[in-house]
Amino acid sequence: MKSKSFGKIKKESLQGWMLIAPALIFMIVFTVFPVFRSIYLSLHKYKLGMAVPEFVGLKNYLDLFHSGLFWKVMINTIYFSLITVIPSMIAGLGLALLVNRKGKHIGFIRTAYFYPCVMPMIAIASIWMFIYMAKNGLLDQLLIRIGMEPMNILSDKDKVLPAMAVMYVWKEAGYLMIFFLSGLQGISGEIIEAARIDGASNWRILKKIQLPLLAPTFLFVTTVAFTNSFKLVDHIVIMTEGAPNNASTLLLYYIYQQGFTNFNYGVSSALTVLMLGLLLIVSLPRFISQDKKIHYN
Amino acid sequence: MYQRKVKKILITVMSILLAIVMLAPLIWLVGTAFSEPTFNMSFLPTTKFTLDNIKYVWEAIPFGKYYINTITLVVVTFCVQFITSTLAGYALAVLDFKGKTLIFAIIFMQIIIPNDVLITPNYMTLSDLGLIDTKLGIMLPFFGSALAIFLLRQHFKTVPKALAEAARLDGANTWQTIWRVYMPTAKPAYLSFAVISVSYHWNNYLWPLIVTNAPENRTLTVGLAIFAKSKEANMQWANVCAATFIIILPLLLAFFILQRQFMESFVGAGIK
Repeated sequence: MKSKSFGKIKKESLQGWMLIAPALIFMIVFTVFPVFRSIYLSLHKYKLGMAVPEFVGLKNYLDLFHSGLFWKVMINTIYFSLITVIPSMIAGLGLALLVNRKGKHIGFIRTAYFYPCVMPMIAIASIWMFIYMAKNGLLDQLLIRIGMEPMNILSDKDKVLPAMAVMYVWKEAGYLMIFFLSGLQGISGEIIEAARIDGASNWRILKKIQLPLLAPTFLFVTTVAFTNSFKLVDHIVIMTEGAPNNASTLLLYYIYQQGFTNFNYGVSSALTVLMLGLLLIVSLPRFISQDKKIHYN
Repeated sequence: MYQRKVKKILITVMSILLAIVMLAPLIWLVGTAFSEPTFNMSFLPTTKFTLDNIKYVWEAIPFGKYYINTITLVVVTFCVQFITSTLAGYALAVLDFKGKTLIFAIIFMQIIIPNDVLITPNYMTLSDLGLIDTKLGIMLPFFGSALAIFLLRQHFKTVPKALAEAARLDGANTWQTIWRVYMPTAKPAYLSFAVISVSYHWNNYLWPLIVTNAPENRTLTVGLAIFAKSKEANMQWANVCAATFIIILPLLLAFFILQRQFMESFVGAGIK
């Protein structure tokens, strides 16, 4: 810096901003601006047919906080994220441990675990629909064959979210597996070999060496998994549209309904702001894990 | 020693069994797509092989049009991201200038807040711009990609300054330096990002659904959802499987061929 002349710094600044401008404009228009627009509109009454938004203060939020449906949706969202994130992280770690070795068939096995990630959720939901479908679905057929009552699982208010969670864990476990796998492979083989020579069992190596060293991976994966679960919405459109009685409505689907079915942009924006809050909370672990790793200069 | 061998075999058997469980829905999908429609569902095909389902859905749904639309979206989006992110990545990795912190703040903002949740305000922006029901409208929010910028910046930073300096002494200007020195070294980053971008946009559903009305702008995912929810599809698993097969085939094929590259890309995109 010091050796550069003032003119050169100025020229470099101008060039820097020019090069960054194309990407930056799109990021500002479609990421930064919409965040502020959501906050602004959340304080306004704004529905289809209104020429201009009308300022109402916190009314949209207060109305939501007084609505039973809103709390139902929030509880669904948090419940669904917990029953997807925790099992898929455990499954992802388990799969990673299972495939963290060399062998002829290992490539095939990793592929089999991972491939659901490259399938569109809409396709997965269309297929799983036939597993969960009432009476004729694979699940109910199986139950009938073993002499039990068919479940019609997607119409059961207590079982619809767990049923969707099973489908999602099937899709997500392989994705989280690759993060754990790359974390495991980053652990020096020498440490593990040394522990093994000292007579440590696999279980002990996992508990005392691998899991502690995977801590940054865990933090990072926690953020990724929660963010992904909050983004998840496509399957609701295909499978239930929120039925039965909003038992499967999640926050993003509710945002979509308010904005694009009810055309109530004010409420949809207030919900978006709450979604941003959730995303901010779940991104904290990522920042803890990145704290020491990212250097700006 | 004997015990260790048994353990090893057990682990192998278990991982293969799990692989079969994971593959089961795909096996069922492919089997059903190519067998005659039956009243009772079965896991493995019971009828003889047929292409009738594929033929039927290909004629019933304008998949040709949807294919062209999805491919256009995927290709154009990636090309624009390629250019904008290369320039931005270079600026952030190599140049010294004021305001970088602000740019990083915006990049992290996009990494924390995926576009998927900003549907309501972004729809309004598109509407202000008069871009509802256009392909450009579907693509526009993705033209500035924080992820791509970040990946490329990390790669560009590893290029020795001396190399760039040498190119400059040979008379190369900024563009030529980027083109000849920086871009070739970042091939893995470009490939990683291509995999992520293509699979995201191939699979994306809600945003194209919201933005498009006219059938001529619909994507494969939107087309599949409309078909899967229509009356004709009710109980017609053979047809729905055939339609699903048609839309997942290219990406799945690419994945099975380039599996290692795919998995590494997804890890790399995690910005460790």
